[in-house]
Parts: sequence; structure tokens; C-alpha cells
Amino acid sequence: MSYFQIAWQWLTSAQQWHGSDGIPVRLVQHLQYTGIALGIALLIALPAGLAMGHLRRGGFVVVSVANFGRALPTLGLLVLIFVLTSGSPASWLVPLVALAIPPILVNTYEGVLGVDPDLTDAARGMGMTEWQVLRKVEIPVATPLLLLGLRISAIQVVATATIAAYIGLGGLGRYIIDGLARDEYNVVAGGAAVIVLLALAIQALFTLLRWIIVPVGLRRQAQTSQ
Amino acid sequence: MRNNSSRCVPAPAPKRTAIRTATVAVAALACLTAAACSSSSSSTSSSSSSSSSNPLVPSATGSVVVGSANFPENELIAQIYVDALQGKGIKVTSKFNIGAREVYYPEIEKGAITIIPEYNGALLTTSVDPSTTAASTAAVNSELNAKLPATLEILNSAPAQDKDSITVTQATATKDHLTSISDLAPVAKDFVIGGPSEFLTRADGVPGLKKIYGLTFKSFQPLDESGPITITSLQGGKVQVADVFTTTPQIITDHFVSLADPKNLFAAQNVTPLVYKKGVNSTIVSTLNAVSAVLTTDALLQMDKALIIDHASYTEVASGFLSQEGLK
Repeated sequence: MSYFQIAWQWLTSAQQWHGSDGIPVRLVQHLQYTGIALGIALLIALPAGLAMGHLRRGGFVVVSVANFGRALPTLGLLVLIFVLTSGSPASWLVPLVALAIPPILVNTYEGVLGVDPDLTDAARGMGMTEWQVLRKVEIPVATPLLLLGLRISAIQVVATATIAAYIGLGGLGRYIIDGLARDEYNVVAGGAAVIVLLALAIQALFTLLRWIIVPVGLRRQAQTSQ
Repeated sequence: MRNNSSRCVPAPAPKRTAIRTATVAVAALACLTAAACSSSSSSTSSSSSSSSSNPLVPSATGSVVVGSANFPENELIAQIYVDALQGKGIKVTSKFNIGAREVYYPEIEKGAITIIPEYNGALLTTSVDPSTTAASTAAVNSELNAKLPATLEILNSAPAQDKDSITVTQATATKDHLTSISDLAPVAKDFVIGGPSEFLTRADGVPGLKKIYGLTFKSFQPLDESGPITITSLQGGKVQVADVFTTTPQIITDHFVSLADPKNLFAAQNVTPLVYKKGVNSTIVSTLNAVSAVLTTDALLQMDKALIIDHASYTEVASGFLSQEGLK
């Protein structure tokens, strides 16, 4: 039987859809991990990126954070935090936030930095304060890149939130870790399929968001740039 | 059934807790990212010499090749064999850190290796008879004697075993008077038991604890294979009982107690020399049997600790053990 067949068989059997180990419960847990990690990353990276982009300084910090984030071994960091905190159940948060910050930070910074200086000069010439320049000119113009950063983060985090299962927590990673350990490859295949579908759903959600949020005048440009 | 070759034993430094725990995690990371957990341990592989022109061809004149699997404990036992045999004037070639059983077993079957330290239960289930139900040392060895290929035989098993154990903290053991798995009966319902994911479903895991000892625990917490997640969770009280390998050095450093298993829930995993029959003579057999006679789980645990936690060298630990036991 092919990968798709065994995954499909597992996914469609009724027993996977209820109980504490059922897909709905695991999915909700997975989305909680993803949502909380993204939320915290956003609180940190968005203001920082906007500030550095607006002030046109801190490029070195952004590049360093981005490289650091890419080089960080997520699973190693997870185990390290788990051991250092004597098994804190929130250990999963640190590696996921660390993973989510770089794309948001880099794209926010680059988005604001890339706003045409003629526009901001004109805004200032009209008497706008720096805050108004940021809010009314730079953020709207940078929206496509802001969304891009958030989307990359979301997809990375939703795929990586599987590691929570490594320290004995829930989420969709349970299927992969338990399935591998017990030689139940249909569970592994089915669990992986759910995660892939979730990532695709997030991609679709962001496509929708772009249509709603990105200002009409920027859409054509946004489409060509992405 | 666990594969000895896949073990990763983290290597913490001895004194300060923060540093030590960090090192556990770093070691764990190293183990997670690299397949060869013991790649750093090949330093001893050329320590011995042989007069034979081709070291891979054993002869009946007392020149032998001692091999080892690719994890520290097995390499250490091999080093003890080498040391003991050299002490009897036998010419020995070391071929350590070969790989998993799947890799070295065909080699010893055809005589490219003469002697390798084995674990009788794992040898039986992975290479000889996967369908066996033998659990005690005697039962496992008698099946091995009956079913090993004609070219191979096992020598005497040591009392030392490296296998799964139901382990608790010293504090729990004292408080609830625990020395054997049977003692868990009155308290199991309040205890969370932890182990690798498959421990929940495999015959010698949670189902076996219920069937053989009549124990039902409060819940099962999936952890890792006797690694940093398990150690930290047991220490921190996230689980009260965990599946920990009997030669995990943290049993000493973190004051854990492995409970006795009188009903053989876990099949025997005695350290047992597996030899290529034509390659060994009576001196070799009696030398290895003398080593097995004194090699206990506790001795092995102490040596694993010296090796992994205190970073002593293989040769140092091996020769220290032999001197202490009067075999050198």
C-alpha cells in the first residue's frame, strides 16, 4: 500500500476522531502551541522591526538575529530548556518563539526600510508626526512584507510544534513520535498528513488575509513581488 | 526489545548542577543529531597489536580479534576482554566500535571477529530467534545454546545486566519501602509511570506490568529512551516511576533505585561473550569466564559512570577493574 493509502485509511477511520488521543484534541493542542508561540514572537519582533525600520538603524541586529535563529537547533534547544528548568511543561515555548521571531523581524524591518523615501518625505512635508508617518504611510506600504514574514513564521511553527511531543506533551507530534516508537507507520503517515494539511490551510488563510488587508493600490505590486 | 546500539548516554560534568544539566542536554543534542553516539570513543581501537599478517583471519594459535558494538559500555567490556587476554599472553587485535548488531553479527559468524561482548537477551531476539519468549538468564542461554549457528557459541554469562528497569527516586523508595516491582502494588494507582512511547503498548511495558505484577498505574507519560527527558522528569517528580536502563550512570549521580524484577518482566540481558568457536582455545575460554564471574551490574554501572561522567579512559577503567578483581 502506498503512503497516501495508509495515511488515508488511518485518517478516515472513525476511532481517530474522538477521545483524548483523537485528531480534534491533538489538533486543538497543536494550534494552541502554534498560536501562543506566534503571538509572543509577534509581540517581540513586530515592534522591534517597525522601530528599527523606521529609524533606519539596527540592520546588523536584524541580520544577526535572523542568522542566529536559522542556526539554532530546535530540538536541542528544547531538551536544553527542559533539563535546565527541571522539566517545565512550558519548555516547548522557547524554541518555537525563537524559530518564529526571525522571519517576522527581518520582513518587518525590510518592509519598513524599503518604503520609498519620497513618500515619507512627502508625509513629513504635510506635517505628519513620526508616529503618523509610521502608522499611516510605512505600515500600510509594508503590509505585504509584514504578512509574508508572519506567514513564513506560522508555517514553520505549525510544522515544528510537533517537537512538543518529544518532551511528553500533546499536539499532532504525538502521532509521529508514538507511531515511530511503536512501528505503527500508518499513524506516522496519517499524523504527518494532518500537519501538511494544516500548513496548507495556513497558507490559504494568509492568501485570503492578503486580499483583505493589503491596500488596493499595493496589491498588484505585492503579487509580483511574492 | 531495545537495540543496545541505539543508546545515547548523556555525559554530564560532575559538580555544579546548572553546568551539569546543561551538559546533559548538550550531550543529548549531540546524540540526537548524530547517529554515531560513541564516535568519540574510537581512541582505543589501535591499542593492541598482532603478529598475524592479516588481523581479520583468526588462527588457532592464540591470536584473536576482539570486536565491540558502537556504544561506550560495549567498547569498555571489549577493552576488559582485551586486557584480560593480553594478561594471559594471548595476542589480541582490537576492532572496536564496529556498529550495530546487524553489522557485526555476520562478521563474527564468519570468523572475521573472534570475540564480542554480547547481551544474551538482545542477541537472541535480534539475531537468533525473534519469536522467543525466554525471559530468565537460564532460559535465554539454553535457547542460545540450541539455536546459535554452528560456528558460534556463548561462554558463561556475567551477572551484569544492561536492560530496562522500573526505577524510582531514592526518596520514593524510602518513603514507600520499595525494593522490588511487586512492592509497588499499594501505591501504583497514585503513580504516573514514564517511559519511551512504545512502553505503553509493548508486551514488556505497561501491559506486562499489569499482567505479570497486577499493577495498574495512574497514567502513562511518554518520555525518551532512558535519556535526559526521562531523567529530568523522574528527578522533578513529573513521573514517580520510569523505565530506566540499569547501567544509566544517572542512577548513581541522581540517586535513583532500580527495582528488582523477580518475575522477569524484562528478559535477561546478561553480558555474555559471543565467540567464534574455532578461534578460541581453553585459555581464552577460562580467561573470559573468569571475567564474567566477577562482572556485576553494579560494577558495570560504576565503570559506565567513570567513563561517561568522569571522562576516564577506556584502558584506565578496564585495567582498574581487572586489578581490583585480582585478574591482573
